[in-house]
Amino acid sequence: MATIASDNRGLRLAVRYAVLILIAVIFIFPLIFMVMSSFKPDQQLLNDTGSFAAFLPVGDISLDNYADAFKRAPVGLFIFNSVLVTGVTVILSLLICSAAAFAFVFVDWRGRELVLTAILATLIVPFETIAIPLLLIASKLPWLGFDGLTFGWLNSYQVQIVPFIADGLTIFLFVQYFKDLPGELIEAARVEGASWGQVYRKVVMPLAGPVLATAAILKFLVMYNQYLWPLMVVQQEGYRPVMVGLQYFFQLNRAWGEIMAYLSLITVPVLAFYLFLQRAFIASIASTGVKG
Amino acid sequence: MSKFGTFAGILLATTLSSGAAFAQTTLSMWYHGAGSEQEVSILNQITADFNASQSDWKVELQAFPQAAYNDSIVAGALAGNLPDIVDVDGPVMPNWAWAGYLQPLQIDETKIASFLPGTKGMWDGKLYSIGLWDAAISLVTRQSILDELGLRTPTLEQPWTKDEFMDALSKAKASGKFEYALDLGTAWTGEWYPYAFSPFLQSFGGDIIDRSTYKTAEGVLNGDKAVEFGTWWQSLFTDGYAEATQDPAARDAGFNSGKYAFSWNGNWAALGTLAAFDDVLFLPAPDFGNGPKIGAASWQFGVSAKSAHPDGASKFIEFALQDKYLAAYSNGIGLIPATASAAAMTENYKEGGKLAVFYGLSEKQALVRPVTPSYVVAAKVFEKALADIAKGAPVADTLDAAVDEIDADIEKNGDYGF
Amino acid sequence: MASKFTRSNRVGWLMAGPAALLIAVFVVLPFIFAIGLSFTNQRLISPNPTEFVGLANYEQLLGIGVLTLEPERDAAGAVLRDADGAPKYPTLRSVTRNNPDFPQFAGMREWFSFQLGEHPTYVLARDVVFMKAIVNTFIFVIVVAPVQAGLALGLALLINQRLKGINLFRAIYFMPVVVSIVVVSLLWRFIYDGSSGLLNNLLAALSFGALPRIDWLGEPSTALGAIIAMSIWQAVGFHMVIWLSGLQTISPTLYEAAAIEGSSKWQVFRYVTWPGLRNTAVLILIVITMQAFALFSQIDVMTGGGPLDSTQTIVFQAVERGYGKQDISGGSTISVILFVIVFSISLIQRYLTREKQ
Repeated sequence: MATIASDNRGLRLAVRYAVLILIAVIFIFPLIFMVMSSFKPDQQLLNDTGSFAAFLPVGDISLDNYADAFKRAPVGLFIFNSVLVTGVTVILSLLICSAAAFAFVFVDWRGRELVLTAILATLIVPFETIAIPLLLIASKLPWLGFDGLTFGWLNSYQVQIVPFIADGLTIFLFVQYFKDLPGELIEAARVEGASWGQVYRKVVMPLAGPVLATAAILKFLVMYNQYLWPLMVVQQEGYRPVMVGLQYFFQLNRAWGEIMAYLSLITVPVLAFYLFLQRAFIASIASTGVKG
Repeated sequence: MSKFGTFAGILLATTLSSGAAFAQTTLSMWYHGAGSEQEVSILNQITADFNASQSDWKVELQAFPQAAYNDSIVAGALAGNLPDIVDVDGPVMPNWAWAGYLQPLQIDETKIASFLPGTKGMWDGKLYSIGLWDAAISLVTRQSILDELGLRTPTLEQPWTKDEFMDALSKAKASGKFEYALDLGTAWTGEWYPYAFSPFLQSFGGDIIDRSTYKTAEGVLNGDKAVEFGTWWQSLFTDGYAEATQDPAARDAGFNSGKYAFSWNGNWAALGTLAAFDDVLFLPAPDFGNGPKIGAASWQFGVSAKSAHPDGASKFIEFALQDKYLAAYSNGIGLIPATASAAAMTENYKEGGKLAVFYGLSEKQALVRPVTPSYVVAAKVFEKALADIAKGAPVADTLDAAVDEIDADIEKNGDYGF
Repeated sequence: MASKFTRSNRVGWLMAGPAALLIAVFVVLPFIFAIGLSFTNQRLISPNPTEFVGLANYEQLLGIGVLTLEPERDAAGAVLRDADGAPKYPTLRSVTRNNPDFPQFAGMREWFSFQLGEHPTYVLARDVVFMKAIVNTFIFVIVVAPVQAGLALGLALLINQRLKGINLFRAIYFMPVVVSIVVVSLLWRFIYDGSSGLLNNLLAALSFGALPRIDWLGEPSTALGAIIAMSIWQAVGFHMVIWLSGLQTISPTLYEAAAIEGSSKWQVFRYVTWPGLRNTAVLILIVITMQAFALFSQIDVMTGGGPLDSTQTIVFQAVERGYGKQDISGGSTISVILFVIVFSISLIQRYLTREKQ
């Protein structure tokens, strides 16, 4: 009896893993294709696309495409710019949007419903459709920087950061999550004399791990993939981000190997960020079980 | 400027050349060639030479990737942030000149008398832009293919007629040796469509816009000749001579790997083909009844309207027009030098050079795209119409719709000043 | 929870103020700007003065007409017939172009047609491409929202088990999300290629060559489906993670209680898991719907709206007009129309998902 049961368990485990692996293959194959292609010369890369060889490091393998990509464009600079702009925006966004959501959910103030509704309505406005008016605004805004008061934000980091710090979606994510937190916790803390700042920092935010992770990922992806906006407001190569840099590789006759190398390179920071978040937040909350 | 900017500047440390005296006034310049090392390095050489040649002006270059360039210019203009010197794609120039982005060049026209006509950007009777090179398209094939299919070799004086061309395609198809007879380059979306395919329409006797008034497309884009063209265009795909959706990779490497018998491609791709085969032919465009035509005009230099130093900007452009730079561009990226004297200095375009035939094509067959601000929109409409017809949309209705859209745009813009 | 401990105007504005101000300047203000533009003839590039045109842009985009064609008749009033005996109708072109008898149809094109009674009836639109864009966008949303949310939940349940190496699978399932949609679209163009694409080769191998090769992005019948499949593939991992964080906040004690009562797996899901996911479900549905309505990048990279307008979408049209065709007032009008559409839908969604008291 005992042996049959354990055999059965082993089989079920095997089936589970088989399913997991099959799905994993579906999700990862284009990325393997991308990375493997980045090691191949153009002609071979194109010949391999239709066959299993596309996923294997076979044939004339080298790092030439990477070397050529760095020669064609300042790849390091682009990645640096994107990581900087993205990182700063994500941090500021988490702070400002979580504070706003806190005010919307836990604090009772005049104008709350109206402001929240207006902010949620902005969820519907796709960025592409307001880019031109936004450009006209951004080109006139004042900025107090190291060289005093200046007007016009073109060619800067702030023009890529400030307009994206607050957005309806991030606030919405926080609001939905905060609604599930037990309100008595907050009231109890207030009764005990905690200030609003203390409630936010010491009671609510320590419980916000999962939503911080979700909001951070979403913001990171949006910011890291910015194309249209930097194209419009950044004319100096020194401030260009990765997606505009991608266009350096689309010459009339495309160097597909270099494109694949560049794509592989710019994907690394995002992957690293996700793995970091997964370790920091998502895995940890399984054990805490904050709600319920 | 923040400290990040300084840091980025150090990281950059690649393109900008210095070596200038202190009294020089800085002229900014935008260029579309970012990512094309040779192109940018030639232009860097020109600016360095110019900056060293005199003590009044110093040109600073900012390169953009080509796909993002026009959008960057428009955004720059909207934000009031254009540089002194810009480069502009020939057919787009009238739009920018009309919109007030550009001002006429201060260059004596006798200095450019010997330039190929396609390199001169004339609008409203004035010279707004000038190109160091032109580009040309030819029907690429191999002598061995013509011999095998038993076809006459067409010449500039006696190009193929429509019937001869269609005969060539059907023989190539019948031979069974090629995946498709003709590589049109349908994978290249955007300006390629009007640049490469509107000359077919013009050779049939139609056009994108009525050049006698520039106020309508009625009659030229949907008249009998245009419908005849559209029907022919559709037949290329329905009869299986060409692909309506082409894999970009097939465009890049297809002809060189024997997938196609003929390829309709530009001179910039010619060096690669010459490297692949030793019997390459660059044939002139066929004559569909109204004379053989190919597109003219490539990227050109101009001065922005807001520039405070148009004299200096024009000086730089004039400086760049020297034969040695024309030749350098040609040798570097295979473009057709704007003058015969520069052509003589080049590897490929000198008498007997491998690409000399393109100089002849440019001289004999080239026709500029309609010189009007409405071209920018008309080109997009034309592209969509051709893509739709290739996919089987009814020819006459599709061309009618295109005419309506172009005319509506012209009307919305107060006839663009015509 | 309006108690004296939670009420504070000062704190409320202090904490929500920065976000509200930023959104006002960088989203609301430009959008109001866009609304204003939609009533003018403003061009992106033009030396001409801007004029107020009222609702002309809206009429141009949304104008619709219905036309039933009468067969042609000879002088005696008898119906003309072709060789097969079918009645002869005038061409649509002859009605909509330069025909002073039908000024209301001038410049309109056929959107679709059907047989009403014995005569063909045409639904004409002033802007057929935009109509198709609206329909395609709705198809995209209607397919993507439930399928993506459902698959993501399935994956989340699958991945929410204690197994060795489960974190690795979690990371892999999430991987398409971290790759830019532009990059993904470029890669999938190779996969969908009509002649030598991976998908065709795979299907050919699985069916031993029985299945014909399909030009996935080149056929009007498959292009939108191909883009839908790819979009789901790309984004499902993200929603999986949101579901997952919802799942992980459900107290383990509830599951233990269910186990003690001997509940079946389905009962556990129905009575423990699903109720615990309510807010997550609302969130996911809304996020997916919003993102689906904004469909743009995939179209821009993969098809450009073709073939034969089968993949035109609202935002793609807004960009194509506003930037490509320099018609910023037309582009802005599309943004406003999109806003109105999605706003109405979200009101409906909100009504349907309201807290049942």
